[in-house]
Amino acid sequence: MSVFIHGGQILGPNGVERADVLVTGSSIVGTGLDLPVPGNARHIDAAGCYVMPGLVDLHAHLREPGTEEAETIETGARGAALGGYTAVVAMPNTTPTIDSPSLVRDVLAIAEGALCEVVPAAAMTVGREGQLLTPMGELARMGVRIFTDDGRGVQDPALMRSIMEYATGLEAITGGAPVVLAQHCEIEALSAGGHMHEGEWSTRLGIGGQPSESETLMMLRDIALARRTGAHIHFQHVSTGEGVEIIRQAKADGVKVTAEVTTHHFTLTDEACSSYDPVFKVHPPLRTAADVDAIRAGLADGTIDCIATDHAPHEPHTKEFPFDQAPPGMLGLESALALALTELDLPIERVSELMSSNPAAIAGIGDRHGNPVEAGQRANLVVVDAESEWTIRGTAMASRSHNTPYEGRTVKGKVRFTVLDGELTVDDGVATR
Amino acid sequence: MVDAELRRPRAVAFGRGGLTRFVPQTTVLSEDDVARALKRMAHEIIERNSGLDDIVLIGLERGGVPIAHALGDALAAIEERDVEVGTVDASFHRDDISTTHVLPEVTRIPFSVTDKHVILCDDVLFTGRTVRAALDAVTDFGRPKTIQLAVLVDRGHRELPIRPDYIGKNLPTSRDESVRVSLGGVELGTREALENGTREGDS
Amino acid sequence: MKDLLTIGDLGADGIQEIMHAADSFAEVCQRPIPKVPALRGKTIASMFFEDSTRTRTSFETAAKRLSADVMNFSASSSSVNKGESLRDTVETIEAMGVDAIIVRHKSSGAPEQISRWANASVINGGDGWHAHPTQSLLDVYTIREEGRTFDGLRIAIVGDISHSRVARSNIEAFRTLGAEVTLVAPPTLLPPHVEALGAHVSHDLDAVLANTDVLYLLRMQHERMDQALVPSLGEYHRAFGLTLDRAKRLPSSALIMHPGPMNRGIEISPEVIDDERVRVLNQVTNGVIVRMAVLYLVLGSAAADRSAS
Repeated sequence: MSVFIHGGQILGPNGVERADVLVTGSSIVGTGLDLPVPGNARHIDAAGCYVMPGLVDLHAHLREPGTEEAETIETGARGAALGGYTAVVAMPNTTPTIDSPSLVRDVLAIAEGALCEVVPAAAMTVGREGQLLTPMGELARMGVRIFTDDGRGVQDPALMRSIMEYATGLEAITGGAPVVLAQHCEIEALSAGGHMHEGEWSTRLGIGGQPSESETLMMLRDIALARRTGAHIHFQHVSTGEGVEIIRQAKADGVKVTAEVTTHHFTLTDEACSSYDPVFKVHPPLRTAADVDAIRAGLADGTIDCIATDHAPHEPHTKEFPFDQAPPGMLGLESALALALTELDLPIERVSELMSSNPAAIAGIGDRHGNPVEAGQRANLVVVDAESEWTIRGTAMASRSHNTPYEGRTVKGKVRFTVLDGELTVDDGVATR
Repeated sequence: MVDAELRRPRAVAFGRGGLTRFVPQTTVLSEDDVARALKRMAHEIIERNSGLDDIVLIGLERGGVPIAHALGDALAAIEERDVEVGTVDASFHRDDISTTHVLPEVTRIPFSVTDKHVILCDDVLFTGRTVRAALDAVTDFGRPKTIQLAVLVDRGHRELPIRPDYIGKNLPTSRDESVRVSLGGVELGTREALENGTREGDS
Repeated sequence: MKDLLTIGDLGADGIQEIMHAADSFAEVCQRPIPKVPALRGKTIASMFFEDSTRTRTSFETAAKRLSADVMNFSASSSSVNKGESLRDTVETIEAMGVDAIIVRHKSSGAPEQISRWANASVINGGDGWHAHPTQSLLDVYTIREEGRTFDGLRIAIVGDISHSRVARSNIEAFRTLGAEVTLVAPPTLLPPHVEALGAHVSHDLDAVLANTDVLYLLRMQHERMDQALVPSLGEYHRAFGLTLDRAKRLPSSALIMHPGPMNRGIEISPEVIDDERVRVLNQVTNGVIVRMAVLYLVLGSAAADRSAS
């Protein structure tokens, strides 16, 4: 079976160029003009579209096992495909926590046949309780490359040092591939009682605040420890301008640090909470316009490596509690690319780095995701019409939940087709199954 | 000429929609006519009650208040003695909060009504609903010997079994007409809707 | 205006209209029969998700003096946590047929959320650290009753500003009417970015006293000690309490106010409680009057809006 994608602009090894793409089996077999196309090939008209490597999300909550009423691996993967993703890293804060080889195997088994590749991350500490190390060696041996207690940061500095030291020893198991420690930076003693960014708006609204320092102090601690141990620390969902500057400095100093920001942290501010609608409640919280500006600058200058979604489905009634009682989190998979294209004034190549090649490398799946569109690469692709406008609607999403903070917002950038291992997962904007 | 309506406190935050403005068409009573009518009504009150013993006047907010004071002055001039005048806002006793919603005025009845002859005074008697509400309001203050009703204009269209005891002028009207009354005269006209955001009397 | 959620909803006009109507209800409360049938047939649900006997009693007295039927709903937040969302709870109550809902909640913003789900009028009876508009209205009424005009009036609010819905609403109400508001507290009891509230700030009560027309004391919660926000109640009292010595230095024409209940010996010394400048009981009396005005105007204008549309 072949797929012939014609008329588009590809993101190839030499940047953007006008070229057709021929996929046969699970691989790209040719790019260019006047390709010999087999008679039975499926023709896809990509005129006016970019043909890009499929997106990779380093940070998605698929909720399975444990909270299937909010999302399942199947529905999450479908939403991911509709958003242009060919791989998502599934966060381990499920019920139970993904902290053992058997649970990783369960997730992989459930994800068999899903509309995108699901890459399980595993917890750093048992039950994400911040007490005992998970069997990181066994987990690494079965392919886990990202360890995180996401939803919480590791509070104990001595424990974090131990995790980092242990992780550096695992490269003997992984054959030198990096083991990434992804940290949710939040000093809970500082953020306790907080439900939004501590600032002018929290003061006006009378909602407890989470100061920026609850994020930055843990970043500074982990950079110091990473410097000492040589571990690869990855900062999740960086939300503060100060945090961006800390990373910039650490990178200049040669520390092994990478960082992601979420779509919402460069598109929304704490002012959104003034409606008291918990759909705007998220951890880390939406911060100020100055933070948004600093994050955008970090995305442009390379300080920030990735755009992640922190896709966090919550079933509708849970967001109908008071702001301080509702769970934090918002949907992201189906809107991230459009928001990046609409809100960021970045060249498409940079957007592709941020959403595909960089996260693929960090997740250890660079062999099959995030590569330039060229012959010989695995056919994980997305065809996106960067100018096509559409309006975001929570109920129109594939997710089992509807908690998008962008309800009613008109954006440009529509995913037309997504190709996973040579197979169409999204066909003219519709999931194939 | 002082139009009582113009002195109403503005209701902006709690205003109701559908504001209207009075458009005069014909003058029914001149200022002198009003004065003569009130004087006659004063004589009738004295005659009916055999003097002013135990007589108190209560004006209905808002149009009835100047009428009560004017009647009180006329009574005092005839009998050469003071008459007590109070005011009552019947808003809280109405049965139609949804259609009559305006800012209430303070009821001031600084005397006992028990065993008195209360003369309720209003500018225009129309459906009778305001008077019905005022009867309830006044009886909350005590048990008058009688309550009598004096109105400057009776325009008909009663919806309740209420009949005035003293009338300045019987004025047949149609329901969609409007009457504007002050001590300066009585006019017949119509009401037209104001556009949102403009209010009569503002400037 | 369908709902009363914050002072900001009212603006200066709305505050003045409530004051005007409150004068009428003050008279009603003086009558031999202090009750009028203005809201006969209306049902008012009082939904208190947080205990407050004072506020609940004040609202219920107001509603009953207007002849409304009052439906009581008590919910400790824990019982509501048994899976029933705030929306579920509100829709259940509304289905019983209510015209207005008075909401008291420990979570900031809950009344605003409820107003989005309910057709009935929503009146904020105090939410979290956010707003307590009827408290502010009764405080404005109490100051106005003394013949004071707000333009240029110097009001000092003393105490735990950070965790106080009364402070937030009063700053807004007093400033809307033209008063100069100074917040007096240690930095730990001021919210971060206090400048967002638009008031002056002082950490020294003694420096403020002589230039104060209204001294407004806030209730000090014991749990602030556990949070290490102040060292001890004794130190708080010595630095920010109204002692006899400070009362002597407060202008003789000044008013002393407190939303109650007062902590004797903490916000105010026992020997100052009977000072003739204290207006705490007037505040309580005026609470009923002002809440009558709020219920009457909100339900009346909501009904007028419905019949107009």
